[in-house]
Amino acid sequence: MTGATGNSGAPLLAIGELSVRFGGIVALNGVSFEVPRGQICGLIGPNGAGKTTLFNCLSRLYQPDGGTITFDGKDLLGLPRHKMAALGIGRTFQNLALFRTMSVRDNIMVGGHSTIRGGFVANSLRLPLVAREEAKLSARVAELIAALDLDGVADQPVQGLTFAVQKRVELARALACEPKLLLLDEPAGGLNHEEVEKLRELIGALRDRYGLTVLLVEHHMNLVMRVSDKVVALDFGRKIADGTPAEVQNAPDVIKAYLGASA
Amino acid sequence: MLGIMAALALAVALPFVVSGYRVFQFTMVLDYAIAVFGANILTGYNGQIALGNGAFYAIGAYTVAILMTHAGMPYWATIPIAAGTCFVAGFLFGLPALRLEGPYLALTTFALAVATPQLLKYHGIESWTGGVQGILFDKPDAPAGVPLNSDQFLYLFCLFVTVIMFVLGANLLRGRTGRAIIAIRDNPTAAAGMGIDTSLYKSLTFGVSALFTGVAGALGAIVTQFVSPDSFTLFLSISFIVGVVIGGVATVSGAFFGALFVEFVPNYADQISKAAPWAIYGALLIAFMYAMPTGVVGLLRLIVRRIDPQWAIRKDAGKQ
Repeated sequence: MTGATGNSGAPLLAIGELSVRFGGIVALNGVSFEVPRGQICGLIGPNGAGKTTLFNCLSRLYQPDGGTITFDGKDLLGLPRHKMAALGIGRTFQNLALFRTMSVRDNIMVGGHSTIRGGFVANSLRLPLVAREEAKLSARVAELIAALDLDGVADQPVQGLTFAVQKRVELARALACEPKLLLLDEPAGGLNHEEVEKLRELIGALRDRYGLTVLLVEHHMNLVMRVSDKVVALDFGRKIADGTPAEVQNAPDVIKAYLGASA
Repeated sequence: MLGIMAALALAVALPFVVSGYRVFQFTMVLDYAIAVFGANILTGYNGQIALGNGAFYAIGAYTVAILMTHAGMPYWATIPIAAGTCFVAGFLFGLPALRLEGPYLALTTFALAVATPQLLKYHGIESWTGGVQGILFDKPDAPAGVPLNSDQFLYLFCLFVTVIMFVLGANLLRGRTGRAIIAIRDNPTAAAGMGIDTSLYKSLTFGVSALFTGVAGALGAIVTQFVSPDSFTLFLSISFIVGVVIGGVATVSGAFFGALFVEFVPNYADQISKAAPWAIYGALLIAFMYAMPTGVVGLLRLIVRRIDPQWAIRKDAGKQ
């Protein structure tokens, strides 16, 4: 319970009885949990447990067959996908999903799309509003570039940068929408030991600096257990444990799911 | 900026140094440049392959012809109406096209281009469109007291409209809207995740592309003083895409190089071989693609970078 910045007791994110089926396969089966404000919540589970499915429900890529998702007191499932960023949900993707032809800076600028105004008419005519809004976002993006140590590559195209750097660009892009909730889909995937250590420090530092709540899906157990305030474990679409890292690590169902011990 | 100024000065001087027919040809280059730019906004920048923009060119041209002959409007006043009509038509066509990706969208727009000439011949609207004959109207003269012949005047009028359209388009393609248009092409899922209303943006981009093409069609009609169904064949639509690729996909200035190709290469092919001009045209097209796989602008950038490797970095720094 460190670094809680919340101003109320209500959790920032509440998932209730969420179910998703693909044909005959039940990807999520009545999963419920909450993420309190200011906490880092780790979501773990073996392959096929339903972690990414849950993430895709949160960013409205999938429409669940049942259940509720309440974010900051609002029902998420009634809103279209593109409203998530403006609501305060930023995300990164499991396999990088950057805008490959654009520069690092422009990628992050796109991340801030929902924070500034100006549509087709205003931009075509270059109304004064456009310059003002661009300046506002540029300043914030410059700050994120510095915070994520991207100064040296800011004006290079993202394709051609190393994997670890591209991951930081995604993180900066996700932060550009001024999120309350940051969704990280396997942030440590493809990183070496040293880079994972840096990532762990970075996630904690960003949470404190921007007052974030973080939900991360991760296979890297060491990272999850050390960075999280709370851990939720899924297996075959069901929640099998929910608690502090120590509690979840020792839960019999979690040990069984990971090590396959006979019942 | 200096380059743009020099090019503009050259363009203004052009009608005073070349002969009458050449002036007409360069007027058509400007006209095609607007259409190629319109196709590039949709295909190059937004990633929606458009093979049917000739239909919007036809709508723009017919709007002008009908308003000038039936409503007696002055030529210049018809252009904004043609632009608006084409924007609405493009936006509406873009809505169902949202469900289609890549080759499926290409085929749907292809269908539009194929159907257009025949739809224009339809009996029910013959009193407006002139049916198979089309519509012939008077050539606009330079305003009284302006010492220009009508070819020179039309050229400069087209140049004026071209400058406006390119300023508007270039503005659209930088800043918030431009980034969103390109982001949708690069990764639509991530773009939606960043808060971009991808459906709205794609439809609006379709509308903008149609608007540009419609303005080009309107100017084309004013310059030739004639519209007929057979002026707007499928080949015209394909020519715009040829212009996009020759000039440089997702470049602004590429439109002018693409337009030069579209206007002049068929003529040169004809001069080389009266018997098989299209075989020559095809061979030239392949030669261009082989020599410049990233278009004329791609090649120019490559050359500049070879001479001055710091150029791109300075240019980017200048934008900040």
